[in-house]
Amino acid sequence: MTTLQRKDVNPIAHLTPEDIEAIGVELDAIRDEFIAKRGETDANYIRKMIKIQRRLELSSRAVLLFSLFPPAWILGTVGLSISKILENMEIGHNILHGQYDFMRDPKIHSTTWEWDSASPAEQWKHSHNELHHKYTNVVGRDNDLGYGIMRVDEQQKWVPAHLGQPLYNFVNAIFFEYGIAAYDLELGRNLATKKRRNNPAFRARLAQVGRKIRKQMAKDYVIHPLLSVPVGLAFGNPLGAFLGTLSANAVASVVRNLWSHSVIMCGHFPNGVETFERTSITGETRGEWYLRQMLGSANISGSKLMHIMTGNLSHQIEHHLFPDLPASRYAEIAPKVRALFEKYELNYVTGPLPMQVASAWAKVFRLALPNREKANDIDHAVPPRRPEPAAV
Amino acid sequence: MPVTQKLRNGAWRVVELITTPVVPADYLDVIAPLRNPHVLRARVEAVRPETDKAVTLVLRPGRNWQPAAPGQYVRLGVDVDGVRLWRAYSVSSAAGRADGLFTVTVNEVADGLVSSYLRKNARRGMLLTLDLPAGDFVLPERRPSKALFVTAGSGITPVMGMLRSAVHEMPDVVVVHSARTEDDVVFGSELRELNKQGRIRLIERHTRADGRLKAADLAELVPDLFERETWACGPGDMLDAITEHWADAGAEDRLHVERFRPTVLVAGDGGTAAFERSGIETEVAAGVTILDAGEAAGQLMPSGCRMGICFKCVLPMREGIVRDVRDGSVTTVTELDEPVLIQTCISAAAGPCRLDA
Ligand code: FES
Repeated sequence: MTTLQRKDVNPIAHLTPEDIEAIGVELDAIRDEFIAKRGETDANYIRKMIKIQRRLELSSRAVLLFSLFPPAWILGTVGLSISKILENMEIGHNILHGQYDFMRDPKIHSTTWEWDSASPAEQWKHSHNELHHKYTNVVGRDNDLGYGIMRVDEQQKWVPAHLGQPLYNFVNAIFFEYGIAAYDLELGRNLATKKRRNNPAFRARLAQVGRKIRKQMAKDYVIHPLLSVPVGLAFGNPLGAFLGTLSANAVASVVRNLWSHSVIMCGHFPNGVETFERTSITGETRGEWYLRQMLGSANISGSKLMHIMTGNLSHQIEHHLFPDLPASRYAEIAPKVRALFEKYELNYVTGPLPMQVASAWAKVFRLALPNREKANDIDHAVPPRRPEPAAV
Repeated sequence: MPVTQKLRNGAWRVVELITTPVVPADYLDVIAPLRNPHVLRARVEAVRPETDKAVTLVLRPGRNWQPAAPGQYVRLGVDVDGVRLWRAYSVSSAAGRADGLFTVTVNEVADGLVSSYLRKNARRGMLLTLDLPAGDFVLPERRPSKALFVTAGSGITPVMGMLRSAVHEMPDVVVVHSARTEDDVVFGSELRELNKQGRIRLIERHTRADGRLKAADLAELVPDLFERETWACGPGDMLDAITEHWADAGAEDRLHVERFRPTVLVAGDGGTAAFERSGIETEVAAGVTILDAGEAAGQLMPSGCRMGICFKCVLPMREGIVRDVRDGSVTTVTELDEPVLIQTCISAAAGPCRLDA
């Protein structure tokens, strides 16, 4: 099942198929426990988060009416950055995963929620929830690995264009929300041929993204800057006021982009995370799917505040095992999951943010260059597999 | 005024841009949840115990509320352990209160998730979701000269709304009410007071001591029975008996009944899935998902991961009961609930299910 990185040992060679199914059963039991607990606490949590985020956003935007004055600019930008991060990570991402659908509140529901991001929620749900979460770390199926622009695995063929991947990755980090939108649109593939370009379904999705981006841009770079102009007029510097708010909004968006890019890189890139061969998932059992999520994700350790600011994606492993459980529960779930890793002698990849970010970036750099040894020499670690079921 | 209209629309679009991707009212929710024009809510202003089992909630409705006619009911969306469940409750207050408030009276029923939750947990300040008043169990504009109300248990609630609104406009009112014991009579003291003042003739029946009231007994208690415009509200079998009795006398057009809908669904193994728009109906064996069963029956089903993580397969269930094949948890939707989106790829039928597809 697993292939990849310069591993001398197959990380799951010691597991029998029975072990793998037993892991699945244990994880299902953990899930049941938290499904049973799910309720008012979680509903209150998300409502409180939404309230905090909206208050923070409103007050930051109010402060930014005075963006002409540097202290207000700084305060407003910091507040708005935090608010945008909360909105995307702890609120948007988790609601769009259906984590709060159980509440039956049409306002807080994966089908109605729209987030402050260039990518329309609907398209993101397809590429993220459906493709990434099902095909986690399967090279060639999960495009979150490298977003289709980077080489993320020694097994992938190297071409000279990969030399630029540290740069692509950096640019992608800054414009992350647009990168995601382009990625959800499968822009590269769909622009490649005329037939694909003119496909009405693709056109419709492109238009949808265009509309969303226009609105988002109008809000941050036109309307809100204009709202501060009257204050500017009162103090004799309308242009300064306009540009002050515009730059504050731009900075807040970039901060949010850099932050979410970093967090997301930490989820599947750091050293110790496995990737999988396309063929390894045919006929995958529930136990094997769970195991792939366990080996294909990495956590970030840190304080409660850090977990909130990452939308609890610092608990990426728990998130990938239970994407539909309310994220604020992952911290409670983590010790149980970790104990399971230990029991089955698996590597629970975790570390502080700077370390994980560095590790992920190191890989981006390393894989920009061709392999030192031939890819063929790398161990294809394959688990013991049951024979394929005979066709009926 | 097309020009000002245009200007107003334009200005509103700008306001919407300020708050995109959500709507301005979503921000308003943070400070004034009752002002949201898209979501009708009510705030609990006071909670008054009526009997051991019943409480009255005094509610302040939010924007876009329309007052109820006496006898009508409202649907309330109550978040029970974080899950919004809808139930219908009759309005028990007089129509047209000057303070704009109204009341509902909740009687705790056996296995009643929502009613017992409200009786135990309703507090001042609590927010509920609300729907506009509905129901044709109402008094006519021209008040009847002779009226009869036959009620049992919490069936008195809509009738209380009618009496409080219009008893002074009706010269001859008889109320026949059954409850288990004297103490179980909801609004007992108020009814007895009205009786004492001669505004109504109250006939109380305590079933624990006197046994159940039969339709045939009514003729004895109220000799001019069929001359009266009659409203009856209570358990289904009582209403069935009364309906039959009135029909036998050829007086059915003088009878108005309000039925309580049963909301208790019990999970079984397997069931049917009815796709209402396509008209396809199929038997779903225990443990088979609605997605698989629907596809096998030729229904066009949305799907994605087929393992419960992408939420692409969701369909609105109007009514029914399903079991999650992964953890066994059960989801029920009654006809009073808003349709609930269920993930068909991990939901097995646990009874008859009606889906909007
Ligand atoms: S098909 Fe993905 S959740 Fe049902």
